Amino acid sequence: MQKITREQLIEKASALLADGTVKQVLGWAKGEFDYDITPAVFESAEELNANFVWSDFCGANFSKYLVSKTRKCDGKILVFLKPCDTYSFNQLLTEHRFDREKVYAVGIPCEGMADIAKIKEICADGIASIDCEGDALKVHTLYDDEPVCVPAADVLAERCVNCKSKKHVAYDELLGEEGEVLDSARFDEVAKLEAMTPDERFAFWQGELSRCIRCNACRNVCPACTCEKCVFDNPNSGVENKSPANSFEEKMFHIIRAFHVAGRCTDCGECSRVCPQHIPLHLLNRKFIKDIDNFYGEYQAGAEEGSRAPLVDYTTEDIEPGEVFDRRDTDA
Amino acid sequence: MQVNEYKPLIVAFCCNWCSYAGADLAGNNRLNYPAEVKIIRVPCSCRVNPMFVLRAFQRGADGVIICGCHPGDCHYTSGNYFTRRRMALLFSMLDYLGIEKERTRVEWVSAAEGAKFAATMNDFVEKVTALGENKRLEDLRCKK
Amino acid sequence: MRKCSLDTINHVFAEIAAGSALYLPADGTDGKAVYTRWQEGVEWSRALNTVRSPKDFFFPQTENLMEFKTSGKNIEIIDTRDEGEDFVIFGVRACDVKSFDILDRVFLKEPIDSYYASKREHGIIISVACSRPSETCFCKTFGINPAEPAGDISVWQSENELFWQANTEKGEAVLNRLTSVTEEADDSAVVAEKEKIGKIMDKLPLAGLKTDAFGAGKTMDLFESPYWDSLSEACLGCGTCTFVCPTCQCYDIKDFDTGSGVVRFRCWDSCMYSDFTRMSAGQPRLTQRERFRQRFMHKLVYYPENNDGMFSCVGCGRCLAKCPISMNIVKVMKTIGGKEHE
Repeated sequence: MQKITREQLIEKASALLADGTVKQVLGWAKGEFDYDITPAVFESAEELNANFVWSDFCGANFSKYLVSKTRKCDGKILVFLKPCDTYSFNQLLTEHRFDREKVYAVGIPCEGMADIAKIKEICADGIASIDCEGDALKVHTLYDDEPVCVPAADVLAERCVNCKSKKHVAYDELLGEEGEVLDSARFDEVAKLEAMTPDERFAFWQGELSRCIRCNACRNVCPACTCEKCVFDNPNSGVENKSPANSFEEKMFHIIRAFHVAGRCTDCGECSRVCPQHIPLHLLNRKFIKDIDNFYGEYQAGAEEGSRAPLVDYTTEDIEPGEVFDRRDTDA
Repeated sequence: MQVNEYKPLIVAFCCNWCSYAGADLAGNNRLNYPAEVKIIRVPCSCRVNPMFVLRAFQRGADGVIICGCHPGDCHYTSGNYFTRRRMALLFSMLDYLGIEKERTRVEWVSAAEGAKFAATMNDFVEKVTALGENKRLEDLRCKK
Repeated sequence: MRKCSLDTINHVFAEIAAGSALYLPADGTDGKAVYTRWQEGVEWSRALNTVRSPKDFFFPQTENLMEFKTSGKNIEIIDTRDEGEDFVIFGVRACDVKSFDILDRVFLKEPIDSYYASKREHGIIISVACSRPSETCFCKTFGINPAEPAGDISVWQSENELFWQANTEKGEAVLNRLTSVTEEADDSAVVAEKEKIGKIMDKLPLAGLKTDAFGAGKTMDLFESPYWDSLSEACLGCGTCTFVCPTCQCYDIKDFDTGSGVVRFRCWDSCMYSDFTRMSAGQPRLTQRERFRQRFMHKLVYYPENNDGMFSCVGCGRCLAKCPISMNIVKVMKTIGGKEHE
């Protein structure tokens, strides 16, 4: 259950639209069901009242949309940012990807988002509606079964289970209470993989990555992937590929993509959320984050606007590439 | 017997200012290192993009080694420091995916170190030969 | 009609697999159903449907067409096609069976795509009626009845029995091989099951979706609809919808340089991609709005235009479930078609 209500957000947005502070509002629009929510642009209070939603299914991170939307809009855009979204927001600002002057950012608290796939695992298909009741979600099915009550904590998205921060690192205005940076267990899964033998690791990743259908959803949703033309879309690059024609190409795509966002990835978790094949892509990004923390000192991308990313920085005392395998397990 | 017949393909990216000259010196001094090492000259070791490393494996390399000037001696002042960070992270990631860590290496070889160049290559080829063919990062289409 | 108990289903699978390769939906490592080659130990998934559609069997995501080898001034062309053997796909839902008709009209029209045709000839489809359709299902909109799935053999599932009915000679041949593991049955249970499914179909949230606003001849009405802007606003331009779609059939043919020759292969393409149908003058659809429009106009207007009014959507609901931003053909139809078409 979210602490802030839909009405509060609509009221704030309507007021800012009415006094001319902003021209557009980036928000979540309701779908056919209670869980299929689409990012949308709202331009009036009527539109907001009709279609705006704020619920446990508003996972979409709007930061990346600002890159294209600020170019198109001649006024300011209101954007609602959950704590984790603010890190992406800062990171994009650091990389000068949009004009800060054209954005009015409203920070909103978040109690974690639900993962519809987890709900569907508990309640079979045929979800008629989902109501939020305190700390539980009540799922009604199309069949004459009793509604199923699932604790919201049991169906939290992976990234919310391992939420790294409830603190907003950027905003013009904050609704609700400010939270804290949390101690999360987000690297546990990575450490577990590191503890395996190379053969086991290889088998694990081969199994996961072989499901990839190269739909590029992970790349296109990623707030760190803002290249105007991706190397994998460029027919002249020699590595362009539209499909995983070979198991090598899946690996190359995911290694290169993770590497390209290394040091810039805020661990927002959008890649894993959107993957239609449920590949745990965050485990690649977190490996880089863990290594960077280990080798070059703690660094959280997006925590501070204008910070220097670890891969465009160096010290003369850096670890040698040949030593990384030994150093990994010793300190955390 | 078969193990002895196997000859790995090694791609060595050598920076123009130090390591390539080091290889040259090794040649001038008639030092032996295996012919399986194919040198690709790059302006600086930091020119080596992770994609180059993966592409080398795709095209049939069994090991990839990157050689540059010693830290502090880069012709462009700081290029090899960036190489060091990038390759540290890349190699760690490849290991994380279960790729044998002995297949990748970074060595700093100056223009005066012909002997080190030859010794490094001999050692690297020996390690990769022991591992055998690269199966985990191969592209079967290129194996014919 | 033949029947078998759900408990002994693996005996039936074993019998089918003894004759030809058998594929069926089984839960993968991520717990989601995926078509898997049956062997001892593989369990038929209880999921309503697979994430990827069964079009892979006839039109795989990547397929080698031929190879070239050069030596000196000679080019040798190698045909990499294998003749193929019969295979059976079990557990195809009514919507996906219909999708094969839609693909047939593209690939089996002159000039016939011989790669597709050969796989289609070898494939034997065993469909299964949907006992528990999902909220994302809207096959009824396109005239598909999940209680009457087509295919070489149709199967209905009651509480703990499966009823098998052959529809074609190919199906008859397979069913004849199963006499030892199935028994003769009347159709009373099947009639009851069909009635049950019919009732659920009326209760589905998307049951009332209409196609009136679409179809042949609507190009000029819909092409410049003002709604395309807002509908495509959030589109990420990824290929999820096209790659999970059972009827998307666009592909690209590419050459891969292996260093010692060339592999010519084809792979699925997506109209959502920036280099789709790229020509020397560039991509004809410059913005995501146009690419987005292309996908839905193709399914709802252009394809019917060329195929006697047949839509190229089967209402399987995969794009509803998988689109990262939850924009899909249902939302498009409701918005463009107007409220009266809901």
